[in-house]
Amino acid sequence: MDLTLLMAGVLAFAILMYVLLDGFDLGVGMLSALVPDPDWRDRMIDSIAPVWDGNETWLILGGAILFAAFPTAYGLVLPALYLPVIGMLLALIFRGVAFEFRVKARRSRRLWDFAFAAGSGTAAFLQGVLLGIFITGIGVDTPLGFGSVIFPMLTGVALMAGYALLGGTWIVLKTDGPLRDWAARSSRQLLLVVMAGIAMISAVTPLASEAVADRWFGDVWRTLALAPVPLVTVAVGWWLWRALEGHRDGLTFRLSQVVFGLGFLGLGVSLWPYAVPFSLTIWEAAAPASSLAFTAIAVVCTLPLVLVYTGYAYLVFRGKIREGEGYH
Amino acid sequence: MLELDPLLLSRVQFAFTIGFHILFPTLTIGLAFFLVTLEGLWLRTGNPVYVRLYRLWTKVFALTFGMGVVSGIVMTYQLGTNFGVFAGVTGPVLGPLLSVEVLTAFFVEAGFIGIMLFGWNRVGPRLHFGATVMVLLGTLNSAFWILVANSWMHTPAGTELVDGQFVVTDWWAVIFNPSMPYRVAHMTLASFLTTALVIAGASAFYLLRGRFLPEARRAFSVATLAIAVLAPAQIVMGDLHGLNTLEHQPTKIAAMEGLWETTEGAPLVLFALPDQQAEENRLAIEIPNVTSLILTHDWNGEVQGLTAVPPEDRPPVAIVFWSFRIMVGLGFAFLAIGFIGLWLRFRRRLYDAAWFHGISLAFLPAGFVATLAGWVTTEVGRQPYTVYGLLRTADSASDLAGWQVALSLLLFVAVYGVLFAVYLVFARRVIVHGPDYDEPLPSRQRGLPARPAAHPLPAE
Repeated sequence: MDLTLLMAGVLAFAILMYVLLDGFDLGVGMLSALVPDPDWRDRMIDSIAPVWDGNETWLILGGAILFAAFPTAYGLVLPALYLPVIGMLLALIFRGVAFEFRVKARRSRRLWDFAFAAGSGTAAFLQGVLLGIFITGIGVDTPLGFGSVIFPMLTGVALMAGYALLGGTWIVLKTDGPLRDWAARSSRQLLLVVMAGIAMISAVTPLASEAVADRWFGDVWRTLALAPVPLVTVAVGWWLWRALEGHRDGLTFRLSQVVFGLGFLGLGVSLWPYAVPFSLTIWEAAAPASSLAFTAIAVVCTLPLVLVYTGYAYLVFRGKIREGEGYH
Repeated sequence: MLELDPLLLSRVQFAFTIGFHILFPTLTIGLAFFLVTLEGLWLRTGNPVYVRLYRLWTKVFALTFGMGVVSGIVMTYQLGTNFGVFAGVTGPVLGPLLSVEVLTAFFVEAGFIGIMLFGWNRVGPRLHFGATVMVLLGTLNSAFWILVANSWMHTPAGTELVDGQFVVTDWWAVIFNPSMPYRVAHMTLASFLTTALVIAGASAFYLLRGRFLPEARRAFSVATLAIAVLAPAQIVMGDLHGLNTLEHQPTKIAAMEGLWETTEGAPLVLFALPDQQAEENRLAIEIPNVTSLILTHDWNGEVQGLTAVPPEDRPPVAIVFWSFRIMVGLGFAFLAIGFIGLWLRFRRRLYDAAWFHGISLAFLPAGFVATLAGWVTTEVGRQPYTVYGLLRTADSASDLAGWQVALSLLLFVAVYGVLFAVYLVFARRVIVHGPDYDEPLPSRQRGLPARPAAHPLPAE
């Protein structure tokens, strides 16, 4: 069995789980700045309070697996992305402490509400920026070329919109009344932005990177084989658009996650099989076999359990948020 | 022009961010144990004192846990951002250990803390207790695995260097490396002792004010008893840890003792200003032969001095020397507090001795100081290596521009400074507010969820 392949799969899974789960936390954070009613904001934040920490842990798992299985890539990529990574960490710090601080604050409550929203938005934007730099291929020696500035900005804004869509449909799922309807309306607007963003990034990425262009369009048969990915994305987007008109609140959240998953799949197609695009493949960056085996055993033994009790935690807090149940 | 040395700045940033981070897990590990005890006692006895204490300290726990989480994520990525070379070289060893920590500790804590904090009305009391226990197991697991990784950097074992990268030949030897058991025990005790001092200090505050007396007495009694047990245990453990260090890192011990020349019958240096250049101590006050006695259990035993290794292989002596003295000095102060507490308990004056309550309150934060001093001793004492004897700190850092690291360090200092101040204000507010008598008690019976509060509680 190719352990490198397995660990690349685990890494991809951790990142996908992170964007799907903490994605909606960050989206709720951004939307919390826009709601007209402070009570709505409290309910929104209460809806993610029991789960956000677990969601964020997938980011730590991603970092740890990258460190364990692809140490060379970890040691090359992170210094090359130094300032955006540090900025993202600082933004996540503000987002994280705001949960506790805002309910304990008296005069400074609005300040921590702002920190919560701004931290969420900045973290989302910088994660998109990191993605953009990563896709265009980080020069191992030149961290920030001029040509790779506009594109990362685009991916940054697109990821903000995407997370906001996840957050919007989460609020639809978890609340009722005027807040739910507001979230459904917002989600429709966000869906338009997200679909436009996906289209733009799909069009621009091949222009920004020859390697990606070759991957999608280098061979007619491959182009045909890959065509379902964007087509299904459009179809699911349409389905979500229709679903947001109705009242199938669980469906809308799941569909927005599917849209995200498909975008992630498209990204995987573009970047395969690189650990550092487009200079180091996963096999070149892989740790020695003894380390891959140890990590693989640990993952196989524990990750199913993690999924079970994380699922249980979601089950405990399922359904629309109840009045007066949130923060102490 | 001022030269910004990225290596030095990265080291300062790492020391600052990890020193900041460790404060919070130090408290949450011990507090998690305290909370499990309280909830278990409440389920057994039904005494509302326990559940009120549980809720009070849960608020402190939640606040502290949040700080630990957000400052901990920084650590996961900072190894790569600032010490990318180190990360590439040691990743095959440290990466899997950190992965196991995430999988067996962070997910466990995160998965159950939601139920612990918000689940009173959603699950039965036994399940809720189970969630608290799982959070404790998560914190203990986390401490274990991160200390395994840290210990391997001090006493590397089970690996060989192949093409400039560590390759693990024996995972058992990596995990049970020579200093691991001592470090895990020493740090776990430090966490429990620090927590006991915090609880004793807060309870002494209530006793001094004459407020919340049933809760304050119960907690003060438990905490002072814990100090009386933990302080001597920690001194014994510290001594064992020191002997282990003497075996594997004699240069660190020489720096801790301020011993320049290899000496038979080495003195105990009580006070000195170690001079790295001149290789001697200034203004030294010494007790003859005692260091030899402590380290070799022989009045005239030989102790290796700093000059046994070339100057470029020595740690900064003054920092190690003084941080060690701060830690040991505080350790004996805790021992005294433990004994005084026992004596007052024996005389049945534990709840009346205001002077002792004042001392306890003054020592509320002292455990953190001792813990930090201990970490400074061991980590600075490991210099000039990141992996002891095998990888130098100077060869570990990322190739970053000085201004980038200066900027990030400035941001970390500013952000952490603000957050720490806010944390202290809010933690103090929770403690001053004290246990809540208005909140309805949760049910101990299965299937009878507590009545939610009649009115949403106003934000504090």
